[in-house]
Amino acid sequence: MKCQRCNKAATLHITEVPQPEKVEEYHLCEDCAQKFLNEPESALSESPATAVGLAVEEGLPAKSCDSCGLSFVEFRNSGRLGCAHDYQAFREELLPFLENIHGDVRHCGKSPSRLGQQKEVQGELIQLRKLLQQAVHREKYEDAVEIRDKIRKMEGA
Amino acid sequence: MEIESLAKTNGEWLRGSGPEADIVISSRIRLARNLAAFPFPNRASNYQKTEIESLLRGKIQDLELDNKLEYLSLSSLSTLDRLFLVERQLISRELAGTEGPRGVALGPLETLSLMVNEEDHLRLQVMRSGFALTEAWQIINQVDDFLEKKVTYAFCEEFGYLTACPTNVGTGMRASVMLHLPALEFTKQLDKVFRALQRINLTHRGLYGEGSRFSGHFFQISNQVTLGKSEVAILGEIQSVIPQIIQYERQAREAWKSENSKVLQDRISRAYGTLRFATMMTSDETMELLSYVRLGIHLKMIEEVDIHTVNELFIQTQPAHLQKLLGANLDGEERNAARANFLRSRLRNSSDSNN
Repeated sequence: MKCQRCNKAATLHITEVPQPEKVEEYHLCEDCAQKFLNEPESALSESPATAVGLAVEEGLPAKSCDSCGLSFVEFRNSGRLGCAHDYQAFREELLPFLENIHGDVRHCGKSPSRLGQQKEVQGELIQLRKLLQQAVHREKYEDAVEIRDKIRKMEGA
Repeated sequence: MEIESLAKTNGEWLRGSGPEADIVISSRIRLARNLAAFPFPNRASNYQKTEIESLLRGKIQDLELDNKLEYLSLSSLSTLDRLFLVERQLISRELAGTEGPRGVALGPLETLSLMVNEEDHLRLQVMRSGFALTEAWQIINQVDDFLEKKVTYAFCEEFGYLTACPTNVGTGMRASVMLHLPALEFTKQLDKVFRALQRINLTHRGLYGEGSRFSGHFFQISNQVTLGKSEVAILGEIQSVIPQIIQYERQAREAWKSENSKVLQDRISRAYGTLRFATMMTSDETMELLSYVRLGIHLKMIEEVDIHTVNELFIQTQPAHLQKLLGANLDGEERNAARANFLRSRLRNSSDSNN
């Protein structure tokens, strides 16, 4: 596991209990832990997102998600995303964050089997579009119309 | 479902059977899933949450499972009933504590529970007694497959299953094993074990998960990473390290027994004596003392109480369970007296029937 404030390995694991029922965990390297422990109280109540070194105080991107309206600042404060589209909307900002927590930025594992079907459809569409281009290129317009209709039907489905 | 009827049973996690059950209490896997068409619960309106709940509730009830699940809407449950379900590990504190349309679907055996509108739209959980992660994975994977045919999950190829908190994204899977480690704790070797776990991205928590205190020498070991590793790989990492911890605990018990037998016997006897004769007992003290009695039984230092009774007492002396069993709402002090009374009678009955 990496230190939440720099890229060194985290060797110290600090559990803070600022209020009863509330527990915060920090995973830091030796140097950052020293600094952390000498910081004034206020530093302990940082949001989870800040604690993992996600956002620098200034220069936060003023982005927000078209779909749910969540701004990046709101995410930084709560540590929670608002909808699935946020992962695309804040992709650039999230990548270093994900790298920090997971040591990786790409999913490897189960995927919905429905997606497999979608992928097949997509693959077929790519194939058909190629055929369409070829047909037009060879001026075989009857074939082209047939292929175009097939594409329309599949995209509509 | 009669919540009262659950109170008399142990549930799955303290059944006390299953592989390595003297040290591994239970194995649990949870999957976080969201519906693609709705914002995550923290960003959804109450109206949307109602829609999500009724949609998922319908799909869950259509699941073709051997045992039908029953859906409980949390807003229709009393605070005591909610706490009761938390104590049984069937719902999270978060689900019990937040507002709005939310609920849980439970199976009769308490192996499977599906939480709706917790931090994510759906949290699937499977729990098995003992060290049984593979079995738990098979069950949960199948239920997930069933559900996935009926709903469209929020998923993208790059980041996997998309979750409200980026710490769960990817597989959305948290697998954990609950261990009873009294000897490692007493001999102060736990920090060493936990540091070693941290290096391989495994984390530890108390009995009731994230943010809960360590109680009764119970610890949950779980994966930290959910992105970039497959479910099977993550489970494999946990499965390869647990036998080592079991072995350390066994060694620590043996060493303790051979080097310091009198001290250990005294500690266990005192714990047992206190449980049998005290007249006021807090929940925390009960957990601590029962933990020593549990150890004493496994080390054959206490013969007259059976392990089943002790496992049962761990759960039945929790605040909500106690009040359910006694059928009365009790405040702190009344509860401590009632708990001591309950323990006295259960432990005396247990030792009488075995003599």
